[in-house]
Amino acid sequence: MKRARVAYAGAVHAAVEHAQGLQLADGRVVAEDAVVWLAPFEVGTVIALGLNYADHLKELSKELTVSTQDEPLAFLKSPGALIGHRGQTRRPADARFMHYECELAVVIGSRTRNVKRADAMKHVAGYTVANDYAVRDYLENYYRPNLRAKNRDTCTVIGPWLVDAADVDDPHALALRTWVNGRIIQQGNTRDLINDIPALIEYLSGFMSLDTGDVILTGTPEGVVNVNVGDEVVTEIDGIGRLVNTVVGDAAFGRT
Amino acid sequence: MSTLARSLSSPPPRGTVYGSLLNFRDALEALGDSVHRPPYQAPPKAPILYIKPRNTVSADGDPIVVPHGVDALEIGASLGLVIGRTACRVGEAQALEFVSGYVIVNDVSVPHASYYRPAMRFKCRDGFCPIGTPVPRDAAIDPNALTLRVEIDGVEAQRASTAGLIRPAARLLAEVSEFMTLHPGDVLMVGVPAGAPLARAGQCVSISIDGLGRLQNRLVAEGSA
Repeated sequence: MKRARVAYAGAVHAAVEHAQGLQLADGRVVAEDAVVWLAPFEVGTVIALGLNYADHLKELSKELTVSTQDEPLAFLKSPGALIGHRGQTRRPADARFMHYECELAVVIGSRTRNVKRADAMKHVAGYTVANDYAVRDYLENYYRPNLRAKNRDTCTVIGPWLVDAADVDDPHALALRTWVNGRIIQQGNTRDLINDIPALIEYLSGFMSLDTGDVILTGTPEGVVNVNVGDEVVTEIDGIGRLVNTVVGDAAFGRT
Repeated sequence: MSTLARSLSSPPPRGTVYGSLLNFRDALEALGDSVHRPPYQAPPKAPILYIKPRNTVSADGDPIVVPHGVDALEIGASLGLVIGRTACRVGEAQALEFVSGYVIVNDVSVPHASYYRPAMRFKCRDGFCPIGTPVPRDAAIDPNALTLRVEIDGVEAQRASTAGLIRPAARLLAEVSEFMTLHPGDVLMVGVPAGAPLARAGQCVSISIDGLGRLQNRLVAEGSA
């Protein structure tokens, strides 16, 4: 089952995929572009991974001041940074390098602490697509990546669907790609994750309780390129979803 | 005010809890010249924030668990600004109008020497963020002249003043809200002063701030509860 949360006709609705778009829980069938798409689940703690694909690690290695990595590079984002499918992301006028990151997002379905790898996947409710933008101009070498670079309003796009875990045969064999204005500029496969999903759940639950609605953004492969105002950015994962986003400028947000 | 009346007027914050790294002058000075060397290469330019996720949040009187293999925990006394109204791009002069109250926060950490990478494993353990009872904002409380005291087993272990902040409360909130909207119920910690004291399992930690009361928690060894 593919599930969504959308705003339609004055209220927020749970919805599922339908041949004509979506079917709301109250029975109405609506077109994909007739609704406002929200994050497809009630978002708890948002955990993100950096440098979790070998090719992306190599891509960024020249600008890293410390190259050794003995544990997952995990950081947190706040739910306020999230927007849904077909949303708009603000590109600050002074940014020289702002890029998308196509990521498989793993949504936790039940509370767990200290779970071992063999049991970790039982706690996965499902999967969705995330586009975790970064503005590299604002990176600083303190708790890097710092929130000013990675936790900006509108800069974490998530959705469209929460796909039930039972409907995904192998989450470690999914092709990912990013299109900018119709051209593919990033490609990868979740088989190349350095820390795979059970490893991440074991690692994180080793020091913190994970709970329903917590989400792990598992990192992005190589191929990050600057985007500009007006660009349409589509992040897509086979079998999970196709997440559309538009980059807009400061003027749309009343900033001049 | 009765406890019930206070809890009705100031419910516990339910939003996201943010910390501010190196926002006390003495905390930044403690890093010395190292801020100009790798991995830092330069002192912080903008506010450096971190998040204490929901699993860390606890209350006055809740135990703080010292994990196996850890000798002592760092007690990070901080003033928390409780956000009352949606704050996006607020000016410094108006910033405190978006604050509904002040609260004592204990930002507990496993001691870690490097601030280069995010410190989730050290700062995000369950129960590592006791938060007191918010006190409504009041002109009588000057957030830039509050004394913070940490006592461990009744003995003073640290004393500092928010006068030592690099970015005072209003300026911090203004600069943060430039890139990230703060929502009602969020808590923004203004920072932890240098020399955060260490406490061990079995000890009782008490943080007090002028006018905000006291936040007390006991440390217990993992597995002893």
